[in-house]
Order: sequence, then C-alpha cells, then structure tokens
Amino acid sequence: MWKYLSSQAIAAVLIAGSAAAQCAADKTLTEGKLTIATGNPAYYPWVIDDAPESGQGFEAAVAYALAERMGFDAGDVIWTRTSFDQAIQPGAKDFDLNLQQFSITEERDKVVDFSTPYYTAPMAVLVRGGGDVSADLDSLRQLRWGVMATTTALPVVMQTIAPATGPLVYDDNVNVVEAMKAGQVDAALFDLPTALYLAAAVLEGGQVLGQFSADQTENPDRFGMLMTEGNPLKACVDEALAALAADGALAEIEATWLQEATGVPLIK
Amino acid sequence: MNRRQAYEAAERRRSLIVAVLSTAVVAAGLILLVPLAPGWPAVRASFFDGGIFVDTFPTLLRAFAIDVMIFAWSVPLICATGLAIALARGARSPALFPLRIAGAVYVDVFRGVPVVLTIYLIGFGVPGLGLPRPWNSPYIWGTVALVLTYSAYIAEVLRSGIESVHESQRNAAICLGLSERDTMRYVILPQAIRRVVPANMNMLVALQKDVALLSFIGPVEILRQAGIYKSLLANFTPYVVAAVIFLAVTVPATRYADHLLNRDRNARR
Amino acid sequence: MPGAKLVLRDVRKSFGAQEVLRGIDMQIAAGEMVCLIGASGSGKSTLLRCINQLEPIDDGTVLLDGEDISEPGRDLAAIRQRIGIVFQSYNLFPHMTALENVMLAPRRVLGQTDTAAAERLFQQFGLDAHMSKYPDQLSGGQQQRVAIVRALAMQPEIMLFDEITAALDPELVGEVLEVLRRLRSGGMTMVLATHEMGFARELSDRICFMDGGVIVEEGAPKQIFTAPQVPRTQAFLRSVLR
Ligand SMILES: Nc1ncnc2c1ncn2[C@@H]1O[C@H](COP(=O)(O)OP(=O)(O)OP(=O)(O)O)[C@@H](O)[C@H]1O
Ligand SMILES: [Mg+2]
Repeated sequence: MWKYLSSQAIAAVLIAGSAAAQCAADKTLTEGKLTIATGNPAYYPWVIDDAPESGQGFEAAVAYALAERMGFDAGDVIWTRTSFDQAIQPGAKDFDLNLQQFSITEERDKVVDFSTPYYTAPMAVLVRGGGDVSADLDSLRQLRWGVMATTTALPVVMQTIAPATGPLVYDDNVNVVEAMKAGQVDAALFDLPTALYLAAAVLEGGQVLGQFSADQTENPDRFGMLMTEGNPLKACVDEALAALAADGALAEIEATWLQEATGVPLIK
Repeated sequence: MNRRQAYEAAERRRSLIVAVLSTAVVAAGLILLVPLAPGWPAVRASFFDGGIFVDTFPTLLRAFAIDVMIFAWSVPLICATGLAIALARGARSPALFPLRIAGAVYVDVFRGVPVVLTIYLIGFGVPGLGLPRPWNSPYIWGTVALVLTYSAYIAEVLRSGIESVHESQRNAAICLGLSERDTMRYVILPQAIRRVVPANMNMLVALQKDVALLSFIGPVEILRQAGIYKSLLANFTPYVVAAVIFLAVTVPATRYADHLLNRDRNARR
Repeated sequence: MPGAKLVLRDVRKSFGAQEVLRGIDMQIAAGEMVCLIGASGSGKSTLLRCINQLEPIDDGTVLLDGEDISEPGRDLAAIRQRIGIVFQSYNLFPHMTALENVMLAPRRVLGQTDTAAAERLFQQFGLDAHMSKYPDQLSGGQQQRVAIVRALAMQPEIMLFDEITAALDPELVGEVLEVLRRLRSGGMTMVLATHEMGFARELSDRICFMDGGVIVEEGAPKQIFTAPQVPRTQAFLRSVLR
C-alpha cells in the first residue's frame, strides 16, 4: 500500500514536473537550466552565508522549491549575481529570474516583469538601545531617520512617519547601521526580516522597536521575482508560485526562515 | 585691408564653413541614426522621459543647493589648510623639520587615499568615537574629509608655485632687509598664487563634483535625490537632470579656468 | 686707513671643493667708490654677496663701522638694511608697481607709510612718470633705475652694484651710469663690479683687479689703466681694452 502510494506520488510529481518543464521549455537562457540571480553579496535571512547553492535562507529555499515545481533538478539551477542597477537597466539580462527582495512597484513594472509576490514584508523600525522611545507615531516623528535609497522604505518614512527633520539616506544597510553607530541617526526603517537580522547580528544594542501592519503602510512591500519585460517564462513562474502557495509549501518556508517575525509590536 | 589680412580673412571664412558643415553632418548623423538603433525606444524611455524630467527638476535643483552650500564653505577651508600645509612643507629652519615631515606625510596620505574612503572613514569614524549631536553631523565630518583630501592637492600645487618663483626674488627681498616671513607673504606668495590659480580652478571643478560623494554618509544632495527618484520610478531620467544641472555649473567654470590658463600662458610669452 | 667704513680681512668662501674667494683684504673709506674688475668667474659677484652676508663667509671678517657683521648668528636683516645691493637682473617684484616695489621695505621694515621720500627719489632719477607702472611696462634701463631707487629708499650707508648695466642695450647704459654719477657726487660709499672700463676709469677712486679669488692688484684708475704692474692685470686689460 505504502509502496503503491509513494509510486503514485512519484508518478504525479513526474507528470506535474514534465508538464511544467514543458511550460519552461525553450523559455530559459540555457535549455534545461534555470539561471537565478541574487544580490552581491546576498544577506541573511534571505540567503545564509552568501551561499544560495545551499538552499539555506528564505530566498534560496523559495528558489529551489520553485525550480522543482517547474521541473528542474536542483542541479539544473545556476546561480549568478547582479546589482540592483544591473537588474533594472534596459537591455538583455543574463538571468531568468532575479530574487533580491525586489519590491513590486508600478513604475518598475513598466521596465521589467515581476512574478506574483512570494513574500509580503511588513516594515519595521530598527533603533539602538531604544529603551526610552515608545512605538507610536508621535515619538517616532521626533527621531532622526536613516533610510536606504533603493527600497520603498523612504516613502513610508516621508508619508506615514513624516519626521520633523529630513531623513539621511544611504546606499545600503551597512551604511545605515554605521550611521546609527555614529549616533547620526536614531532610527531606521527596514523590512522586518532585515531589521531582525541587523538587530541580532550587526548592530550592537540594536532592537526592533515595532512593525507597521500592512494596512498602515500605504503600500506594503511585496517581493516579486524580477524578469525581463515580456518574458514568456512569467506564466510558468506564476503557475508554480500559485501551486507553492496553495499547498502551504511557501508558508512553511517562510515559517522556517522568517519565523523571528513574531513578537515585534505593531505601531499605531 | 592689405594683402595679408585679405588672405587671412578668406582663410577664416573657409575654415568656418568647413567647421559648420562637418558639425552639421555629425549632428544630423546622431539625430537621424541613433533613433534607428533597435534599442532606442527603450533607452529613450529610461533616460529621456520628458514628464519625469519636468517633475523631478525642481526637487533636484533644491537638492543641488546643498552641494553648492557644502562647496561654498569647503573652499575657504581648503585654501587655508592647503596654504598652511604648503608653508609647512617649505619650512627651512631645522627646528621646523618635524613640521616638514608632517606636511609630507599628510600630502602623501590624503592624495593616496580615494576620496570616498576618506569620507567614510572620517564621516562615520570620527562621530563613532562618541561625539554628541550636533557635532557628529555628517555635514561637518564629510566637509572635513573633503578639506583633508583637497587641501593635500592644493598644498602640492601651491608648493610647486612657490618653488617656481625664482630664488633671485627671494634674494632681492631679503637684501632689502625684509624678514623671511614678509618675504614669503609679500613677495613669494602673491606670485606663486597667481601662477597656480588656473590649476587650482580645475581642482575646484573637481571638488564641485566630489561634493556629491558626501551623499554616501547621509546628506540628500542632488545625486542622492536623483538616485532616490531612479529607484522610485525605475527610470534614469533624474540622473540626466542632475547631469544637466551639474553641467550648467561646471562647463562655465571649466571654461573660465581655461581662459585664465590661456591668459597666463599669453602673459608669460 | 683708520675709521674705514668697510673692512674685509682675509675673507674666504668655497662652494663645495671650489675655493672662490681665497683671502680678500680690503678697506673702503666713507664716500669712496671702488670698482671691482676681472675676468668672468674671478669672484666679483661672490665678493659683493659676501659683503652684505647674502652668502655666509667661511673664514675671515667683514667689519662695518668697526663692527663685525660676519659673526655667525647675527641679525642679518638689520645689517642688510644698511648695505643696499642692486643686481644685474634688476629683480623687481613683477606683481607690484614701481612705487610699491620701492615702498615695500620701508613700509614693512621701517614702518614708514609716507610715500613722499620715495616719490622724491623717483623725481630725482627722472622716473616720476613711471611710478604706477608695473615692471613689465618699463624698459630695462627704467627697471634698473627703479631697482636702484628701491635700494636707496632704505637709506643704506653703502651701495653694492653687481654689473648693473650688463643686461642693458648699449643706448640704455648711459641713463643708469648717470644715476651712479649722481650718487657719487652725493657722497655715497659704493662698491661696483663692472665690465664698463671707461666708466670705472672716469669715476672710481680705486680699482681692484680680481683674478682666481684674490685681489691681484689695486690702485688709482690712472695707475691701473696706464701702468699696471702685474702681468695678469696687463693681460686682462689688453684683452678688454682692445
Ligand atoms: N651658489 C654657487 N654655488 C656654486 N658655485 C658658485 C656659486 N656662485 C658662484 N659660484 C662659482 O664661483 C665662481 C665665481 O663666481 P662669481 O659669480 O663670483 O664670478 P664673477 O666674477 O661675478 O663672474 P661674472 O663676471 O661672470 O659675473 C664661479 O666659478 C662660479 O661658478
Ligand atoms: Mg658676477
């Protein structure tokens, strides 16, 4: 019986796999391979130890689950690295998919294609030793803010928080953290997983003060996989993502890699 | 008009016609051919979006005011520090030998290190030692970084200017009973500075562009603001706006520097 | 010569291994005009520069009014005020007008801001039209006269001239020599290195012929030019007077 079931399951997977593989046939850069790009470097908890091949970390795990649904063996997944700018430049790309926490925005969608979201990240406030600050908008307004230039965090700071003094803006997380260490900014806004990582591993005395609920954030950050504009692969990716969401596989990966998201208060 | 003048006028007319024609051909080629390139519509949409240009221009211009401000207060500091370093490097008295060494090390270090690195180091590093607000401001320490780097360059230029003033000028001054100090101040320096003005003008044009590097440590000046727009709009047009604003300032400045250089060269002839 | 204005005793100067002055002895009385003549490289310029301490001397002494000014560690600026020097190449400050050139030292060293004295000097030497011109707007002769006025403005006790007409076109030499004539009639003590033999003969009280870093022969112009005693002097004069 067990043997029968498992052989049935294997058969089902094989059929589904071959169907998806048919879907992706002739649509990838290299036939039979799926080339996926990530950041350089890629950060915890999205990719653990900057090694996406391990499948460790949220985006790495999603990438392999997706590849499997699309009918690719783990060995057929090829990793490459790109910067943010490279990814949104017009012209040919050297990847099929790019996962590096790209927020889906209307404007970006004109230049490139996004898959359906694989994660909706709430925004969270990172402070250093924030014992004397309460998690409400009025006290947040009095802080000096630091934000990364390439995320959707900046509009949230400007519109939802509207701080009394203009925010300082940086190229990457590391610089925001450095400015916090130098006492030049009091608080910074990141998506929750990044904020948790920075608080735990990078910023000494760092603390995630609170998070915004999706409805309080004007447009919550939704991460999509980036593809070239008009890429026919998009249909296959969306189909596979829908399947991952439907059977709870995506939620499971999220729980495994982003479970720290619990326990941070909502900002009202 | 004598024969020679008539000949020269004809020559000038001829070269003007050739120049106009060749420029027109090149311009027409660019205007007609570039849009024929298969990727042109995508490039135009990404870099030359008229609507975005108009929308982002006012904010970018306001952000540019920050660059101008930083530039304005940096220049006098750079000149003063550069002069002090140049004088320290030229100190003759043996008692001032440590000063000479310090000057040489200063110049070597800050000319050798990329500006960006100095900005990061000073801009994050010094405030990181625990300075209270407002003394940890990135504006202050970013400016210090620019001053350190650029005064090293200016010091070298000034020193070469000082050395280019002939020894006989110094002799003439001290033979009149002037002190070393007065000799430097009234005889050597005015001549040296006059000689290095053109070179330093080019330095200032470079500084005007490097001011934007302060955005690495937080200030939202024009380049950063353009970057924010780029990321928000997924479009490079804001950078083109920034470039246009920069050019509007640096081109006249560079021309002026060249003009000074030429005048200097002609004067020496 | 008791009470000599300037006394040199066994003055020696070397540049590296090359001994340029090999024991110079000289006495110059107040109001006297002495001409140094000699072949190129004989040490005339070096001697003048050693007198006003622009070059420190290696050995010997230089006495000004009986006071040793060659002693190491003295305040040289104060000494140089008392000894004016004018160079072959004028060395005017190109970024200043003629008047500013002349006024710089009086203003900075003597604290004298009144330009009246300087303007009088300009008038005296026929330069009043050129006071506000820059050096590159002046002829060589005019520049050299401004340089002399500049030195005189410090009211020196002695004037040293180092071939001040050597860089001038022949027709401009006269106006500069005219200045020297006036200074002489005004009683200025002067030491001149010169190649203008006619002038040396006409105006100087004494001629010193230098060769190889020593004064080979000295005496009244008439004696030196008509009856030189030393063969080397004879040879030199034969070559320049021919
Ligand atoms: N600063 C110096 N360093 C080295 N050598 C020098 C220096 N000044 C002069 N000399 C040398 O000393 C010697 C005498 O030079 P000086 O200029 O006194 O000669 P001069 O009699 O004035 O000659 P001229 O008639 O050409 O002016 C020359 O051989 C010259 O090369
Ligand atoms: Mg000489």
